[in-house]
Amino acid sequence: MSIFQELTNRDRVFEFLTPAASPVDVRHGPILYLEDVNVSFDGFKAINNLNLTIDDGELRCIIGPNGAGKTTMMDIITGKTRPDTGSVWFGSRHNLLTMNEPDIATLGIGRKFQKPTVFEALTVFENLELAMATDKRILPTLTARLTGEHRDRIEEVLHLIGLAELRYREAGILSHGQKQWLEIGMLLMQKPRLLLVDEPVAGMTEQEMERTAELLTSLAGKQSVVVVEHDMGFVRSIARKVTVLHQGSVLAEGTMDQVSNDPKVIEVYLGEGA
Amino acid sequence: MVASTLNTSKPWLLRPFNERSTQLFLGILFGAVALVTLLHLVFPEGHALHVSAYTVTLLGKYLCYALLAVAVDLVWGFLGILSLGHGAFFALGGYAMGMYLMRQIGDRGVYGDPVLPDFMVFLNWQELPWFWHGFDMAWFAFAMVLLAPGLLALVFGFLAFRSRVTGVYLSIITQALTFALMLAFFRNEMGFGGNNGLTDFKDILGFDLRSDATRLGLFIATGIALAIGYVICRGIVLSKLGRVSVACRDAEARTRFIGYRVDRVQLFVFVVSAMLAGVAGALYVPQVGIINPSEFSPLFSIEVVVWVALGGRATLYGAVIGALLVNYAKTVFTGVMPDAWLFALGGLFVLVTVLLPKGIAGLLQRRKKAEDSDNVAGQEVTA
Amino acid sequence: MSISRSLTSLLLLCLLVLAPMAQAQSTDSEATALLQALADSSYAQKKDVIAEIAGSGDERARGWLEAFANGKLSRIEDSGQFVIVLSNRGRNWTVADALSGESLGEVSRRDLDSIRINNALRNELDGILSVIDLTVANPDTRLAAARDLRGEVDAPLAERIDGLLQTEDNSDVRAALTKALAIYQVEQGDVAAVAILDGSLNARARVALNGAAQSDDPELAAAAAQALKNIETKLKINSAAETLYFGLSLGSVLVLAAIGLAITFGVMGVINMAHGELIMLGAYTTWGMQQLLPGQPGLALILSIPAGFLVAALAGIAIERSVIQHLKGRPLETLLATFGVSLILQQLVRTVISPLNRTVITPEWMSGSLMVNEALSLTLNRLYVIGFALVVFAGLMLIMRKTRLGLEVRAVTQNRAMARSMGIKATRVDILTFGLGSGVAGLAGVALSQITNVGPNLGQSYIIDSFMVVVFGGVGNLWGTLVAGLSLGTINQVLEPWAGAVLAKIVVLVFIILFIQKRPRGLFPQKGRAAEG
Repeated sequence: MSIFQELTNRDRVFEFLTPAASPVDVRHGPILYLEDVNVSFDGFKAINNLNLTIDDGELRCIIGPNGAGKTTMMDIITGKTRPDTGSVWFGSRHNLLTMNEPDIATLGIGRKFQKPTVFEALTVFENLELAMATDKRILPTLTARLTGEHRDRIEEVLHLIGLAELRYREAGILSHGQKQWLEIGMLLMQKPRLLLVDEPVAGMTEQEMERTAELLTSLAGKQSVVVVEHDMGFVRSIARKVTVLHQGSVLAEGTMDQVSNDPKVIEVYLGEGA
Repeated sequence: MVASTLNTSKPWLLRPFNERSTQLFLGILFGAVALVTLLHLVFPEGHALHVSAYTVTLLGKYLCYALLAVAVDLVWGFLGILSLGHGAFFALGGYAMGMYLMRQIGDRGVYGDPVLPDFMVFLNWQELPWFWHGFDMAWFAFAMVLLAPGLLALVFGFLAFRSRVTGVYLSIITQALTFALMLAFFRNEMGFGGNNGLTDFKDILGFDLRSDATRLGLFIATGIALAIGYVICRGIVLSKLGRVSVACRDAEARTRFIGYRVDRVQLFVFVVSAMLAGVAGALYVPQVGIINPSEFSPLFSIEVVVWVALGGRATLYGAVIGALLVNYAKTVFTGVMPDAWLFALGGLFVLVTVLLPKGIAGLLQRRKKAEDSDNVAGQEVTA
Repeated sequence: MSISRSLTSLLLLCLLVLAPMAQAQSTDSEATALLQALADSSYAQKKDVIAEIAGSGDERARGWLEAFANGKLSRIEDSGQFVIVLSNRGRNWTVADALSGESLGEVSRRDLDSIRINNALRNELDGILSVIDLTVANPDTRLAAARDLRGEVDAPLAERIDGLLQTEDNSDVRAALTKALAIYQVEQGDVAAVAILDGSLNARARVALNGAAQSDDPELAAAAAQALKNIETKLKINSAAETLYFGLSLGSVLVLAAIGLAITFGVMGVINMAHGELIMLGAYTTWGMQQLLPGQPGLALILSIPAGFLVAALAGIAIERSVIQHLKGRPLETLLATFGVSLILQQLVRTVISPLNRTVITPEWMSGSLMVNEALSLTLNRLYVIGFALVVFAGLMLIMRKTRLGLEVRAVTQNRAMARSMGIKATRVDILTFGLGSGVAGLAGVALSQITNVGPNLGQSYIIDSFMVVVFGGVGNLWGTLVAGLSLGTINQVLEPWAGAVLAKIVVLVFIILFIQKRPRGLFPQKGRAAEG
């Protein structure tokens, strides 16, 4: 049983022994690769022959009407939902369909939910502490001590997301926008290779939206970012490449201008005869 | 929670000692144990201040219940797992101890068999069942006190948490688990004394169980066990693992997506809790002098939960307060008007959940809250 | 045994020979003399007297002998008058004159002198009585008598039966007599008779065939062995059918107990640990009805169906309003609070009514059993419960699928806020749904009162099982509950013969615990994103 190994294998308690770089192999192409993925719930096809490729360091926006399968797609990538058929690869080495959520997360895929979910009973500081990329097995977690280095990293993120003043307040008292920011901060603490961000600006003020856009664009390059968003203005402000999902498969792909002039996309969004 | 973030540079098991509430708890606990010991020893029988051996044992029993309640609060309060089957772990620990005590009787039983306990002779059994071997040795029996409930919790928890059975489903199947065990232990063929259980114990580690000194010793031992159990639980709660537990409780999916194996966290805490429950059961048996399958009854397990609910969930000391209060009330009620007890208990279930969701500890905390928020700024500086 | 048997046969023989000619009534004085002989002689002599009475051809003889066999033939000490005791309750017994048959009212038991009998005589009398019955006019009596003869026939009697078969015109009686005769013939080594016994489920027939199978005659042994094999198969089928019946019966009880829970827990998501006590209330309503209508248990039972539903539904609504609605969205607290309610209800019944079990009378039309064949009979009350469970299930299905309430319930379940904004009064729907689920629990109680003890712990013993059924079947799915209930009941009954009742229950519980871990959403899970929440 792997628990036993976990209990006996103590060497990874020490920070310097953990491999610094993520083991994801992107030398031969994209960081995320979905091919012919199908999912159905009780006969309803949520994902229908979906093919999607995300390049390393890319910032990709995914749009689509309600029920297009955006959230289900994220569920599949993060291991929450298993597709009926198809394959999902992270780099060229990791088959995500054989892995569970924590392993996928440890591997370097971070996810922000549509509805902001933070640990409301814990403080802002603690939320970030838990998300921090460290050894997340049981005994190392039990015996974990907070080093100065950890503290600096948390402080750094606290300032980045503008919640430094509230670090010792329970996350439950934060406003909706602040929770969104905290969740993005938790994503950053994870140091993921790929960020999946579901509706990051819902409930944010104009100003907050701008800062979010700034943050996400600054991440791209070092990390790959996939943003699912409804707010077209926001998408336009950050997007380099946009994918339109419709009824579980890719309808169109290209720059914002290309996509918004595509007659198929116009039909889907505005209805026939538009 | 504020303090917990601040003293995380110490080893996890030492952190509780820096905490006011733990210091206070240990102070009161040891003070009370010392006081009872003193009153028992110093004042002669009949004196107004004398605490009788009967009362000492009764208090010892309450302390066992308190330890059990702490174990339940660890999984319910901090992990969000409402176990309606913790009585099973308590009883298994009790049976392990009971088996040791049975073997200690030796040939002093009614039938005088040097090896077989009386009930086996009565059932015409020729030899000791395999699972009774080794229980004549104290170290083995005491190890089983931890291992038997721990193993059951490990197997059950492994299956349940791996399949993500949580919430009410888990509560219902833990209840089914203890119910199934109760039915099993009622069977004579199981080799645990059936209906009557294990009783007529003579001595423990060579000390006569009927002597006042032994009873006092057991009471003190229980007090120490409760203190250790409390510190272990508090240590877990104050560790990063404790915060991960709370994370699992409040947003299981989120915890998984930041890379924690939620099932392992649940399993670890569940097994620790089961072992503590086993210790409580093991200390309970020599003090009440009997262990029988009724300890497995679903009613008992769910009663424990209401102690915790009354005292206040997710505080640990609340669990102790609740266990002591309810059991004291039970002793009083069943003595004065036994019929009313179930009414009172039933009413307690309803009132606590509807009107007092945070329990007694919640009332205490509400008053402290104002002070705390004033102190936050000051503590930040010391960090 | 064999001596007494041949003696009996001898008696029977003369009896059968004599009977047709001596139809005439013996005079009262002769009869009195016979009875006096019976009363005063030793046990050894009594045997002869019995034969004499049986052979007297007196119509009243059967009554005397039967009363004698049951110890109800007595003599009034003072007058020496022979009487038959009609009722022996209390101090004064109701008696009738043995000769004239007219009632003499009550006589103190002290004044009565019972005519003594021992077991040997009683055995003999059984045989004699059945032979007397072979010649009476009523075909049912003849049939019963012919059946009693199986395994009791010997040479002289066989001859006599042969004779009777010539004149017997009722086919059933003929078949029974033929079989009784065949048993004797097989015992004597008659191969042809084996065919008659082939497929017979009678125990005595099997004894005879077993004997024949050991015989030295290879032809006979082979034929008997084959017949035995056929019987064995038939018995197996019958016992399988019986197990299935018990399984379905237990299963339908589980379905009844769980189906209300499937509505409150499955559809509304409310954990009601007091559900078992609502069942108990239904059962006590039946008991109460029978107290109100003494002497009419059937009517009371039928009235209990709506009454039980109403009582439990009102109690359920009271629980919903007073406790559950305050705990919306906190399922674990709901569980605890309703558990408290269940304790209070139990204790209430203990205090107000009694901590002891109450007897609920089963009306005549529900007692007894439906005899399918000699090895298989189905008890009527269980048959009714199975039917009742199916009717209740169908009714609930209809309500949930076809009525406005069902539609609203499903709407509120799926999206409370949306349903509300469409003008559905969610609170009203909550009340009605909870009332419906609780009412069905009451119905379960009415049914349970017919097959189990009615006591304060009645509900407790069903609550864990009910939850198991709902969870096993898949929450929110009434069909799942039906399938799960029936299959769990059957599994339990199939396991019981070789595991024992307690172990079977444990095995089933462990099975469900493992099953839930394999399929956390039960047999018929709800799929999709909504189910994940």
